[in-house]
Amino acid sequence: MSDKVKVTIDGITVEVEPGTTILNAARQIGGDIVPPAMCYYSKLEGSGGKCRTCIVKVSKGSEKDPRPMPKLVASCRTTVMDGMEVQNITSPEVLEARSGVVEMLLINHPLDCPVCDQAGECDLQNLGYEHGLQKTRYEFERRTFERIDIGDKIQLHMNRCILCYRCVFTADQITNKRVHGILNRGDHSEISTYIQTAVDNDFSGNVIDVCPVGALTDKTFRFKNRVWFTKPIDAHRDCPTCSGKVTLWYKGEDVLRVTARKDVYGEVEEFICNTCRFDKKKTADWVIEHPTAVSDTSVISSNHYDTLKPLPVIQDNPKLQHANKIELEKTSKF
Amino acid sequence: MARKLLLEHINVPGINTFDVYRQKGGYRAVEKALKMTPDEVVEEVKKSGLRGRGGAGFPTGMKWSFLAKPEGVPRYLVCNADESEPGTFKDRYLMTYIPHALIEGMIVSSFALGAKTSYIYVRGEMMPQIRILERAIAEAKNAGFLGKNILGSGYDLELYVQPGGGAYICGEETALLESLEGKRGNPRIKPPFPAIAGLYGCPTVVNNVESIAATVPIINDGGEEYAKIGIGRSTGTKLISASGNLVRPGVYEIELGLPVEEFIYSDEYCGGIANGKRLKATVAGGSSVPVLPANLTLKLANGEPRLMSYESLSEGGFATGTMMGSGGFIAFDEDQCIVRNTWNFARFYHHESCGQCSPCREGTGWMEKVLHRLEYGHGKMSDIDLLVDVSKKIEGNTICPLGDAAAWPVASAIRHFRDEFEWHVKEPVKCLDTNYGLANYAEPIAKVEVSTEK
Amino acid sequence: MLRVEEQQPVEFSAALTEKFDEIVKRYPEGKQKSALLPILHEVQAEFGWLSTSAMDQVAAYLDIQDIEVYEVASFYTMYFLKPQGKYVLEVCRTGPCCLVGAEKLMEHIEQKLGVKEGEVTSDGLFSWRGVECLAACGFGPVLQIGPEYTFYENLDEKKVDDLIEDLRKK
Repeated sequence: MSDKVKVTIDGITVEVEPGTTILNAARQIGGDIVPPAMCYYSKLEGSGGKCRTCIVKVSKGSEKDPRPMPKLVASCRTTVMDGMEVQNITSPEVLEARSGVVEMLLINHPLDCPVCDQAGECDLQNLGYEHGLQKTRYEFERRTFERIDIGDKIQLHMNRCILCYRCVFTADQITNKRVHGILNRGDHSEISTYIQTAVDNDFSGNVIDVCPVGALTDKTFRFKNRVWFTKPIDAHRDCPTCSGKVTLWYKGEDVLRVTARKDVYGEVEEFICNTCRFDKKKTADWVIEHPTAVSDTSVISSNHYDTLKPLPVIQDNPKLQHANKIELEKTSKF
Repeated sequence: MARKLLLEHINVPGINTFDVYRQKGGYRAVEKALKMTPDEVVEEVKKSGLRGRGGAGFPTGMKWSFLAKPEGVPRYLVCNADESEPGTFKDRYLMTYIPHALIEGMIVSSFALGAKTSYIYVRGEMMPQIRILERAIAEAKNAGFLGKNILGSGYDLELYVQPGGGAYICGEETALLESLEGKRGNPRIKPPFPAIAGLYGCPTVVNNVESIAATVPIINDGGEEYAKIGIGRSTGTKLISASGNLVRPGVYEIELGLPVEEFIYSDEYCGGIANGKRLKATVAGGSSVPVLPANLTLKLANGEPRLMSYESLSEGGFATGTMMGSGGFIAFDEDQCIVRNTWNFARFYHHESCGQCSPCREGTGWMEKVLHRLEYGHGKMSDIDLLVDVSKKIEGNTICPLGDAAAWPVASAIRHFRDEFEWHVKEPVKCLDTNYGLANYAEPIAKVEVSTEK
Repeated sequence: MLRVEEQQPVEFSAALTEKFDEIVKRYPEGKQKSALLPILHEVQAEFGWLSTSAMDQVAAYLDIQDIEVYEVASFYTMYFLKPQGKYVLEVCRTGPCCLVGAEKLMEHIEQKLGVKEGEVTSDGLFSWRGVECLAACGFGPVLQIGPEYTFYENLDEKKVDDLIEDLRKK
């Protein structure tokens, strides 16, 4: 199509629709050149621009105006121009600035991953691993808040929050009433309901899925297990409220928790209702589809999937199938 | 005596009332502008070379010409009277004593932009000024200068005063618009700029009080006349708020291009340093701009005198220069402690950070804590470089300029006063009750430094 | 987090809601949320602070959600979310005022009133706090007192003592 615009990110050129952001153009390319996003969420309008982890360098503005942009820009909120050239991992300046942002995100974070339910599927953990320093340079007391139950199913652990505002957008956009928000300002800002109100809404549980860290966690899963010991399986049910398409997280025969299905960038594919999330924890409630595809680099994939993904050559060859009978039986179970 | 355009009649009794202001030639600019076309008014402001007086110094006429004008969509002019930059108090002064200068400027500017409703966003702490402006608006409306069909021209304008709630960040134009919409003062992510989508998503211009008031003499005398005052691209007169250890602090209207030395020491202006002391340092344009030692305040790196103009103050980049900013001129005498003042400013930015983006939210607090430690004798030598590094991690990486504004004072204080910071580490007890003093900060500059930083 | 039951419900007078009606007229139709900041100032002037009950009623009046009011009220420093003294002395504590003695003045006020920053005197008359730049740097030290934010400039200890005595007599 002729009205598409051409953008080059880290030397790779892609044609995208006008109005696409640099981040989404990078996602169309995929791989290592995709900037990390802690606050941007493609399903939530208005999100992004705040955490600054996705900053990139625009070394050429466009074909028409080739001047570079004076500052690093948030790729999630900057739209591409025809002929734009962007540097992400090929720019030492970007990587240094990003590690600075990661350091800022971590100075007041409790780093309590060993007792955090989010560990293993935490965006901040991954980000810290890739861009963080070995040691902290911050020598002051970290800010702390009381843990709060917002409703009987969701716990808010404000110490861990990075103020991405995703849960606020979620409440605004997919529930009919928002009772929590950002209170106070600066580094005293906190997610709160201000008065003791339960967040009670058919879709409120989605704030757990959109939270990039362990600030909002599922109380029905709290301390039940580490995510890397559980097996995610895609399943669905005929739900009158939502699409009913979920991921079930199994330990042995038990469903420990239910979440929405997430894509490769950790974003939910479709928001699910609280009934599916909190109340349907029996295999009999669900139609099982198949094991959830988990990235090879995720700790969740460790030890599980060698046997669940038989090589094509095995699938085609009866002799090999016979030789791998035991393994294949495991696979067909789920 | 230098020419006064804004404060000419400041000492006339009753100049805060419509009648006296009118007798002294007030509202002539409205009469004149309404006989012109809006584009002609914009053209005059362009010709005047007027640069935004709020801090950034962006040419006002150019800003106006960027305003989108889609059919059937209202356009807004919002006056930024959220004056909160430490060291700056000219807008409060102008609104208190000559409120009609602002009202007149608002009518002229609104007409030029085609705005039918305009707002003056005044910081909430200035409640007395809000009452003054409300009264002035009522007077002007009574006299037919506001409301429907102004002076029979067919142009309608309603003007309202909006109080803020106490937040420095609302001086940032998009945070101001958010606040005016009844929200938290979180700056918006740009683009889109207000000229395209501002107040209620409509095209909007946000201008500082002084910029708007300056359109009055520009229309009265013509843009070319205005441009004759000043020096180079720094045209016209500028209100300077002078504070700190001066004999006569206060608001002065200067012709741009006045030597800094004359401004500090002449009896027409600040009258020198108070109590017969010597000058140690200055912050020339409000707390956000880099602090300079006395020698670099008075002279450029090449030994020529430094002038009060956008170009001369920023001469030498951040290595040896500073910025005009909002014209908040703070003078420090020889007994002031730079470390303490830097900590004080860092506390200010920490307190005023909106908390939306991570480098500013976390970094401003971090800098304040490290500076507090240095000021109170618990600092380490490595803290000094740590501060420089943290300031670099903030600068340029935030949504709005508050991050830069927090980083620059810290970086510049260490750049020029590193000795004093080191002394605080070496003398942790002594630094609690004595100060480092003037040291060599007023001595002539030994060598010409080459600007390496921007 | 607050407990709602600790607060007494408040009632808005007809005169107060008339003021609200006037304020809302300043904005285009449907943009009544713009009135939030000025209305909160009016409510605080009336009751001395912003209770949850008052904020909820403002939300209902403007047809916005309660949390939107809490978010705004907690963002801006002028709104008190706790009861204060009848007179709140707000002293500027930023750089230029400190160059001319604001810190010493705050120490003096603390001694004079006998309460720490943010606390209320036992007679309920006074509280004080340091605030950031009040844009009067050339006339420092300065302080202001709500709800009309009357301004006092070029202060020294004597002037502050006199001011406090005058307020006590009122």
